[in-house]
Amino acid sequence: MALSAADKCNVREFWEKLGENTKVYGTEALVRTFLCFPETKTYFPHFDLSRGSRQVQAHGKKVADALTLAVSHLDDLPASLSSLSELHAHRLKVDPINFKLLSHCLLVTLARHHPGNLNPEVHASLDKFLSYVASVLTSKYR
Amino acid sequence: MVHFTAEEKNAITTIWGKVNVEETGGEALGRLLVVYPWTQRFFDSFGNLSSASAILGNPKVKAHGKKVLTSFGDAVKNLDNLKGTFSKLSELHCDKLHVDPENFRLLGNVLVIVMAAHFNKEFTPEVQAAFQKLVTGVANALAHKYH
Repeated sequence: MALSAADKCNVREFWEKLGENTKVYGTEALVRTFLCFPETKTYFPHFDLSRGSRQVQAHGKKVADALTLAVSHLDDLPASLSSLSELHAHRLKVDPINFKLLSHCLLVTLARHHPGNLNPEVHASLDKFLSYVASVLTSKYR
Repeated sequence: MVHFTAEEKNAITTIWGKVNVEETGGEALGRLLVVYPWTQRFFDSFGNLSSASAILGNPKVKAHGKKVLTSFGDAVKNLDNLKGTFSKLSELHCDKLHVDPENFRLLGNVLVIVMAAHFNKEFTPEVQAAFQKLVTGVANALAHKYH
């Protein structure tokens, strides 16, 4: 399910409007994921997962920055996310289902904060984008 | 079987009381058909589904969305017996409609996103968690009689 030119346009335009808030949204998406899908916490036994945790905030920023990088490299996603692909395949080994859960919670976060900008076409493009990022991150798993 | 805490039941019934079932149903079903176009396979008789605006404006989509969400309202009134509540509908979706239960999960998650857009600040992580349990419970109840 490749990104069309229209998808890329939708994703870039939407992401640009988020500005510096991406880090806050990254964190909120993680908080929602941990609360709604408690099994996802099994990947973070070394984290303080209580509300307001600095570790969760730092991780939320990390995730947001990686997505921002992805948005600026929509034409060569596998190459630009190559080191993250390696990391997830050989070290982190996060089961692929979890990317769907985080992507969903990120969409919920974006809908909550930017309902006016998340029309159905943009929603579809973002869903495709996140799905594509997830498939790149798991591409070296086996 | 899904079990809701008192807080979760309260969150669900409070928010549900403010939902415009007709509008929200149409929007959720419409978005499902736009975001996951393969779900259109069940709606050949619905007419023009050629673009996002055609889908969202389609009167049959709106009517069916309202029907689906009204049914969801039954779930909210019967949180302790979702399987019983959806028993007949489960048989219908399996035997007559032949719908892959994965579609119930897709629609449930789209509904959560639509609700987040409508309720903004009120749709806290805790409220979302309660609704995720609800949509999963409904999806499982609808799949329960499949054979």
